[in-house]
Amino acid sequence: MWNLIRSSGRLYTLAVIAVILAPLAASLVFSFNADRFPSLPLKGFTTEWYVLTFTDPLVIDAFQRSFLVAIPVGLVSTLLGFAAAYSDYRYSFRGKSLFNLMMLLPPTIPAVIMGLAMLAYLSRVGLAGNAYSIFISHVVTGLPFAMALIRLRLAQMDPSLEQAAWNLRASPVQSLVHVVIPFSLQSLFAAFLITTAVSFDEFAVAWFVSGLEETVPVRVLVFLQGQVSPRINAIGTAIFATSILLVVLAMSFSGLGKSSKPPETP
Amino acid sequence: MSYQRLGLRWTLIGAPLLWQLLFFALPLLFLLVMSFWSVQNFQLTPDFTPKNWVTMMRRDTFWSAYQYTWVLALGAACSASLLALPAAYSISFHLSARLRRYAIILLVIPFFTCYLVRAYAWQIFLSDNGVYNSLLGLLGISPLPFLNSAYGSLVGYLTLCMPLVVLIQVMGMMQIDRSLIEAARNLSAGPWRTLFEVVIPSAKPSLVIAWLFAFILSFGDFVSPTYLGGGASPTLSNLIIDTVKSGQQWPRAAVVAIAMIATLVLTSLAAVGFAYKGKK
Repeated sequence: MWNLIRSSGRLYTLAVIAVILAPLAASLVFSFNADRFPSLPLKGFTTEWYVLTFTDPLVIDAFQRSFLVAIPVGLVSTLLGFAAAYSDYRYSFRGKSLFNLMMLLPPTIPAVIMGLAMLAYLSRVGLAGNAYSIFISHVVTGLPFAMALIRLRLAQMDPSLEQAAWNLRASPVQSLVHVVIPFSLQSLFAAFLITTAVSFDEFAVAWFVSGLEETVPVRVLVFLQGQVSPRINAIGTAIFATSILLVVLAMSFSGLGKSSKPPETP
Repeated sequence: MSYQRLGLRWTLIGAPLLWQLLFFALPLLFLLVMSFWSVQNFQLTPDFTPKNWVTMMRRDTFWSAYQYTWVLALGAACSASLLALPAAYSISFHLSARLRRYAIILLVIPFFTCYLVRAYAWQIFLSDNGVYNSLLGLLGISPLPFLNSAYGSLVGYLTLCMPLVVLIQVMGMMQIDRSLIEAARNLSAGPWRTLFEVVIPSAKPSLVIAWLFAFILSFGDFVSPTYLGGGASPTLSNLIIDTVKSGQQWPRAAVVAIAMIATLVLTSLAAVGFAYKGKK
């Protein structure tokens, strides 16, 4: 009985993972399919959709804007996420749980609501309808991810390391720069890459606040509102490749992180 | 020295706090304020009027959208939780550490693919001449209208939630003391009894939290109901988009948004209360 459960459980797990990954596989396969309408059997191999997609000035423009937004988002989210994670690790202050709540809550607010709130607020202060508005909104969503990743790494740090640095007359800034940052360096890289990927994939808030300045996923949304086009599969596969590259890099960085030690002398 | 210490402290606490105050808390607060403003000559005008609330609360479209969203999100959260449970159990207890790692990596991948593209890809499977109906055709069954129905929306919601639900359930189950399960086996409890009397009660908080995340994600999603559900019966998110994109009625959209947030907060409080009920 237990063995039957064990093997059918594994089979079931495999099926669940297969169903979860099916759309990804389908979008990869059909991005090379010659037929305009997605149906079986496949019609033949073509790279036409990729050529069509990546010669489209709107798509090229969107890719440029996406990178232009996502990289600063990664940098600023990581900086602020580090500050928030370190504050949570090192300091105790009044309202700390409220502080953490405000740092970590944004991903739980539905994107449509965040989009509406950001659009209304940013247009009041004259910041809506451009790439800056996307940048600002994406840092709000990226910061929690960066904070969580870096906080996990800081949890592995012996608090006495920093105290030792202070006893050796390192100033708080010196110990931060020479002890804490080297210790959490890999998680900082990982946070940068993950938050860049988060920004690169986000479409709902970007769609609300960006006006005519489209990012790649917003371009996909516009394609979706039009007619069926295999170009969506091509562009989707390109987004997937970009994000996965970022995540694989992030994983290898955080994997390295486990064996790293802080420098012996500050 | 101590000035530096204080300065560092307030910079590190202050910078992220300022950012989230300015660009997270204030926008949400403004949403609440805006729901009492009025629109005059297509211009958003500061005001204090209950008009938007009265208008929206009297509309049947609002209440039918509210009900539809609730039912769909509830259905998605419950079916995701039930479908994920055996997989999470198997990953937690039946896979070797190496296979478990691979399973977790495969489940993390979907987070970094554009959800829009995944929803679109489901059209390939579900459309009238799509993969499923081609397979059914081989069996001699006439095409079924999977797409543009509540079923289509549900498939989209499951795409969105399943990976997260499985991962949270696995996290909860991994923390169960293994000796409890061995004890149940030694006392000759069958697999089902072990599941219902040991595993589920021990992992209850994480099961409820996973359910809650699925509910929150489905409740706020607009992609699946639009592109897989056909958009015939709008959800609250669709209602917000329509109200904003056509006709500049931002204050009314804000009313819908506040109603959604209130619902999510109440549901979360209830779920968290239930999750930790009876725990110290």
